[in-house]
Amino acid sequence: MLRAHALTVAGRLHGVSVELRPGRVTAIVGPNGAGKSTLLAALAGLIAGNVSLGDRALSTLPPQARARAIGFLPQGHDVAWNLTVATLVRLGRLPHRTARETDDRAVANALTAMALNPLAERPVGTLSGGERARALLARLLAGEPDWILADEPLANLDLGHARALLTHFRHLADAGKGVVLVLHDLAQAMNHADHVVVLHRGSVAAAGIPDHALDSAVIARVWGVESHWLGEPRKRALVW
Amino acid sequence: MALRWWIMLCTALIVAVPLSLLAGAVWIAPFAPPVRNALPILFELRAPRAVLALVIGGGLGAGGAAMQGYLRNPLADPGLFGIAPLAALGAVLALASGVAGDGWALPACALAGAMVAMALLALIAGGAGAGGIGRAITLFTLAGMMLASLAGALTSLVISLSPNPFALSEIVTWLMGSLENRSWHDVLIAAPPTLIGIVLLARGGPALDALTLGDAAARSLGVEPARLQARMVIGLGLVVGAGVAVAGIIGFVGLIVPHVLRPLTDHRPGALIVPSALGGALLVLVADSLCRAWPLTGGELRLGIALSLIGSPFFLALLLRLRRGIA
Repeated sequence: MLRAHALTVAGRLHGVSVELRPGRVTAIVGPNGAGKSTLLAALAGLIAGNVSLGDRALSTLPPQARARAIGFLPQGHDVAWNLTVATLVRLGRLPHRTARETDDRAVANALTAMALNPLAERPVGTLSGGERARALLARLLAGEPDWILADEPLANLDLGHARALLTHFRHLADAGKGVVLVLHDLAQAMNHADHVVVLHRGSVAAAGIPDHALDSAVIARVWGVESHWLGEPRKRALVW
Repeated sequence: MALRWWIMLCTALIVAVPLSLLAGAVWIAPFAPPVRNALPILFELRAPRAVLALVIGGGLGAGGAAMQGYLRNPLADPGLFGIAPLAALGAVLALASGVAGDGWALPACALAGAMVAMALLALIAGGAGAGGIGRAITLFTLAGMMLASLAGALTSLVISLSPNPFALSEIVTWLMGSLENRSWHDVLIAAPPTLIGIVLLARGGPALDALTLGDAAARSLGVEPARLQARMVIGLGLVVGAGVAVAGIIGFVGLIVPHVLRPLTDHRPGALIVPSALGGALLVLVADSLCRAWPLTGGELRLGIALSLIGSPFFLALLLRLRRGIA
């Protein structure tokens, strides 16, 4: 279990407590500036705070061990050098000191999972936005972490790519991984998450199953928008 | 880097070293009747110079590759942190004060200058690692630029206050960078710190690779910003300080060599450090041989000038090709 207890980051988070379980997709949502990215970075151990992984404080884990347990995908598609996709994905193996064959296998699995085999030798500079997002996620998967934390992984992706990625996150959760996503689109959180944390001004405004955490009253209180959900479970649309 | 490029680079070095020993004001042809004093010329004059060229070029090449990786910028140069200008200031002070006559004083002063630069950098930008690598790099670059401009101003001050025209000409000539009249003694001064520096930088390769993905992703992959920063300061301080201590300011190598070799690698900054060391060694060796072989009245062509003469057209051609690629 990945747990933040009364997590406070000056100016951004005020006493946030969340409990995240493996085997499910957790969505962190909230208005701009609510502290979503800060919470995710703290959960990944990048910002000092009261976060524990299992029964250990995250800050007491050596950085390499933490990196093997928690994979973090930051916002944006920043790649400084024009690596090939295969080289990029292999960067995910950096925290591991394993034999080359083990690394090769993990990289091949990650490439296959993201359907990147035809692009393996392409430089990242020549990829489209959707391909690049998949390559960066494959980099994270190559590290075979137990926890997958991604900050707005679906931003700038078209419908098809977004759906493919969400399906992947579901498969990962079904395989026992803990998946934590910062999402902007409330319908995506409603339809694809098992657990939703709503942040508002650095505090938890609501948390629980999507139907409760994202009901109209919460949306009105946090976003200031009167709205209601249409459609059947897992296929809902928000109208306002 | 593919095996064939490794083989080509190493072969070029293996061929260049003996050739460089034969070139100079006195040409030594291996199969012709022996030249007078051939052995002292080879072993006392040219061999230490060749070794020194390899050592300094290697250091600058590796330093450039590491620096470009750290700053995530192909235009970065190992001189950027202000280590070279402060080392030069130390050497200029030694020359101006007249203590440089003693063989150890000038390099010692230059190394002291490099160490002062490293300490100041650590003092100004140290601890910034906690705010992320991006912030550390910004602070670091600004601190380095400030140090470089301060050291440049102080060097100019020392030159303008220089006690006599001889000291002045000595300083100006020295600042141009040269390996003329260097001995095994200089090799002894420069080689150990440079080699330690190259090893330190090369071992930072995986962290630089991770930095390709940006600050947050690198930290999530287990990179510790403060440690990486310390490694860069010490590694660069050693290679740049040692280079300036025995050869003066030699530019261009750290900028151009990683640039030329990058397309031959898989573009990972970590994979570029050792090839750049080899490439830098080769470039400085060839440039220094040209300096010796080029007959010039009033002394040798200076190494710094030769490197610019070789490098600039090459770099321009590269830029033109790049432009065509983009257009």
